[in-house]
Amino acid sequence: MASPQTMLDKLWSAHEVLRRDDGVSLLWVDRHLVHEGSHHAFAKIKERGLPVAETALTFAVVDHYAPTRDRSRIADPQITRMIDTLRGNAAAHGLRIYDLEDPHQGIVHVVGPEEGLTLPGLLINCGDSHTSTHGAFGALAFGIGATEVAHVLATQTVWQRKPKSMRITVDGVLGAGVTAKDVALGWIAKLGTDGAQGHAVEYAGSAIRGLSMEGRMTLCNLSIEGGARFGMVAPDDKTFAYLDGRHFSPKGADWKAACADWAALASDEGAVFDREVTLDAEEISPTVTWGTSPEQALPITAAIPDPAGVPPEKAEAARMAIEYMGLKAGDMLEGTPVDQVFIGSCTNGRIEDLRAAAAVLRGRTARVPGLISPGSAQVKAQAEAEGLDRIFTEAGLEWVASGCSMCVGMNGDLVGEGKRCASSTNRNFKGRQGRGARTHLMSPAMVAAAAVTGTLTDVRPLLEGRAT
Amino acid sequence: MAGWRTHRGTAIGLPVANIDTDQLIPARFMSVPRIEGYGPYLLHDMRRDATGSLRRDFPLNTHPKASVLVTGRNFGSGSSREAAVYALVDAGIRVVIAPSFGDIFAANAVNNGLLPAKVDEKSHAALEAALANGPQDITVDVVDRRLALDEVKVGFVLDDSWAEKLINGWDDIDLTRKHSAAITAFKISRSQTAAWAWPRPED
Repeated sequence: MASPQTMLDKLWSAHEVLRRDDGVSLLWVDRHLVHEGSHHAFAKIKERGLPVAETALTFAVVDHYAPTRDRSRIADPQITRMIDTLRGNAAAHGLRIYDLEDPHQGIVHVVGPEEGLTLPGLLINCGDSHTSTHGAFGALAFGIGATEVAHVLATQTVWQRKPKSMRITVDGVLGAGVTAKDVALGWIAKLGTDGAQGHAVEYAGSAIRGLSMEGRMTLCNLSIEGGARFGMVAPDDKTFAYLDGRHFSPKGADWKAACADWAALASDEGAVFDREVTLDAEEISPTVTWGTSPEQALPITAAIPDPAGVPPEKAEAARMAIEYMGLKAGDMLEGTPVDQVFIGSCTNGRIEDLRAAAAVLRGRTARVPGLISPGSAQVKAQAEAEGLDRIFTEAGLEWVASGCSMCVGMNGDLVGEGKRCASSTNRNFKGRQGRGARTHLMSPAMVAAAAVTGTLTDVRPLLEGRAT
Repeated sequence: MAGWRTHRGTAIGLPVANIDTDQLIPARFMSVPRIEGYGPYLLHDMRRDATGSLRRDFPLNTHPKASVLVTGRNFGSGSSREAAVYALVDAGIRVVIAPSFGDIFAANAVNNGLLPAKVDEKSHAALEAALANGPQDITVDVVDRRLALDEVKVGFVLDDSWAEKLINGWDDIDLTRKHSAAITAFKISRSQTAAWAWPRPED
């Protein structure tokens, strides 16, 4: 009998065109997603006079530079040039482009699943580190650099050494107000931002199976913040229900065949992982970052750490982070005043995220300004149909169009120097949201709580007696 | 891209852990065409004060001819932006030495002839100590995976396939196109065994 296989083993062998003597595999790419930042790669294939090998498997999305307001009049010529370059490349190669006015435009990692472009069993590449998001469907999805993007454009394949396997098992039931974001920040705080380097992470356990597809996407999305290029969850009935009837999902006999193939993707009983980590869902609390790395995260009920009290190899980083963040060791995290809030991004810009924020904001007023950018035009339309936009605007927050927006600031949505932002995004790196900006990462519900009180706040008391 | 085996240059220390790609090149500079050069944007916000002037206490500013960086763990973590590598290469950096690297960054580095040399913690501490008082001459040998800086002579770790790529200056697209028959055969086989893997939009 064949030895039990991990999901990674199955996905890898299903895509391996060949393996060289040195152990590096040439893998077939089922979906290639490109965005404005792919301009270097298009320039590379143009230089060589090469076409896009598989135009039907290549999709272009305007997201990183997408203006969230006044799309018809973009003031910054650099932004216009970036978007026009993608349009030009998509037209030259005959690629489907999700442009600004497209009713299905949005962030590439939101659009892929929404459109049914993301499916279990596929290999998906994109020139963006958060491509691990698509692994939530049981796909082999990973971010690549511009040289690799050019390679995929030209050959529809990618060279890759198989990573080591790691399973993070979370059993138990997550408490009220505790989300996939908290699970992710929790494991990254425990293992470090390089804790899963060189590994593909499979998330398993009853708490993971209990997550919605949106929650699984949030979790897989943040894999890279723990160093893993790949994150994945075994497909199940929730996965199939999400995909059934989507625009590009298989139909009819293809759908039945697909579901049968997908059901066999899960890791076999007894499959051996190179590394196993287990977490107890009951021990996870609403979590916020206090520093400039996603690993610098703590439960909202904790105090800002004293650098003298953290492991010596992390003390200097803690000291520098506390200085940059304008915090004081020993102060409680809860009650730290914020200047603004942001809800959106490929991490937490989906409908469930907006519902969670609205559950907190309903009938309340924000004490600080803030921006809410849905992850896609479809999410925006759905939220408006549910009346969530009115809850946000009545609270005093700004409701804008979809894009990467204030997560990375390329479109001009920036946090000012020295300003503190409660943010549902993925990176609290120095300068990520703007030069000198101070970012605290947390779940959308926690961002909403910060908006209501104007400080970092435990969302749980604000949810009491409310339907969530 | 030209291959290389040995590099002799000047090493400087940048003893900071977790230098992520947002710090290597802030996002606002990434719309610049490569031909204009990315060197001026390398570590832009670390190197400059609020007025944009170069900080005199920053090692890269005092030693602009440095070609080797010795830095802390998890270098190049974060986004997949290859522009982080362009900024290093265009600023004349050929080798980065650290205890660990972000996975995507390391792959991007090798694709641009930049060596991500991974050293153990003990070697790293010795190299940092040797650079504490300023830059030093360094020799880096990709074939033997050895480097020598003053009295410190240590080995480094590099994937065999990456060493070969650096040495030969290989371009993957040329290599892969030699396998085009195998790729076509794979595609045909996959389209038969997993027809659902091809997008078929509804009418």
